[in-house]
Amino acid sequence: MPHPHQKNLLTSVQMAHFVATGSLRMDAVVPDEMNQQAIEVLKAGIPGVPYGTPLSEAFVDSEFVQRLVQLPEVAGAIHSLVGPEPTVDHHAVHIRKANEGEAQNLHGDAIIDVRPDAFDVQLMYYPQDVTLEMGGTLSVPGSHLRRTNESDTGRYQNLLGQTRLVCPAGTVQFLHHGIWHGGRKNDSDIDRYMFKIRFNPTVRQVRLWNLEDLYDEEVARELDQSFPWYENATGRLEKYNRIKLWQALTGDDTFDPEFWVTRVSNRPQRVVAQRSLNPHAARHATKEMA
Amino acid sequence: MTAPATETSQQTTVRQQVLVLYLASSALDARVVGWSTYDGTGQTHPTTGDSDVPPYATGLDALKDGWRLFQAAQLLPPFPGHEYDVSFLKHEFFFEKLVTV
Repeated sequence: MPHPHQKNLLTSVQMAHFVATGSLRMDAVVPDEMNQQAIEVLKAGIPGVPYGTPLSEAFVDSEFVQRLVQLPEVAGAIHSLVGPEPTVDHHAVHIRKANEGEAQNLHGDAIIDVRPDAFDVQLMYYPQDVTLEMGGTLSVPGSHLRRTNESDTGRYQNLLGQTRLVCPAGTVQFLHHGIWHGGRKNDSDIDRYMFKIRFNPTVRQVRLWNLEDLYDEEVARELDQSFPWYENATGRLEKYNRIKLWQALTGDDTFDPEFWVTRVSNRPQRVVAQRSLNPHAARHATKEMA
Repeated sequence: MTAPATETSQQTTVRQQVLVLYLASSALDARVVGWSTYDGTGQTHPTTGDSDVPPYATGLDALKDGWRLFQAAQLLPPFPGHEYDVSFLKHEFFFEKLVTV
């Protein structure tokens, strides 16, 4: 796939938003003409792709999906998040049937995944207008760095500040692999469709986006945001982990505007006590004398 | 042994409703940050993502409304080397109401 134009790459503020929230939403980014075709295409099914197929080879039998991932804004986001030529982990068409009456448990996909300097993203495409009653995907902002395994979070029904997706047709959201999410109960008379692709990076995810605003103050504000469901104390650990991830993605381990990492890793080695008061110096002197 | 008829009647007509509240700290009067409900009467069917508004502002408010606390999460120190890990919600409180049906 060609390198996206710089104007279509994510900004540093958008990347910081993704690092803080675990998601990035692009409303109505897919044109209506494609949305009109989508339901029939998804109903017919998208041909399977072997795990690890390069994106440029994965959808040679699906012209619709090729067009989807090559939309300038979508291609720019994929490049910014996982880099050039990611591989396709898997894809799936999710259908929440009209009045089906069951919600999915809150879960993270695949298995527990604690990579500190790499992540997968999942593209979710919604070809229809999604209303609250249609059971748009539930996701929990800022849950992606929690170390939990798949549906072990199933006990949590509702978290303060959760996102119950309501969106216009053609919306795409990108989710960090670890985010807690689930398909909600569809209480409407309309079947709801969503198409998902999981991407694996094939390069180090360092500075892959538009860096012009790398040290914009809004970057620090995005990274320091809290979420209503965070416990008081654990919410601070979230910021610590977020800063560690941002440092990995920027290659700058000095970036720590609120000192969450710096203050707990500060172990000065310079000794300034007088020699006679310095136990290390005294021990050394004794050894020399002996 | 067969139980007396009156006792059997009572046992079969009482059901448990369970409320799980996740609080912002280990204090029972801390604000609610998450919630789940399970209804043993079968009259309601709470499920994932069915509400954005917590049933109570604090754990204490649930007590004031007649919910009985029957389990609170222990306070456990982090495992050495994992002090900065984040995982499940820590401050989980289970409440019940017994309902005659």
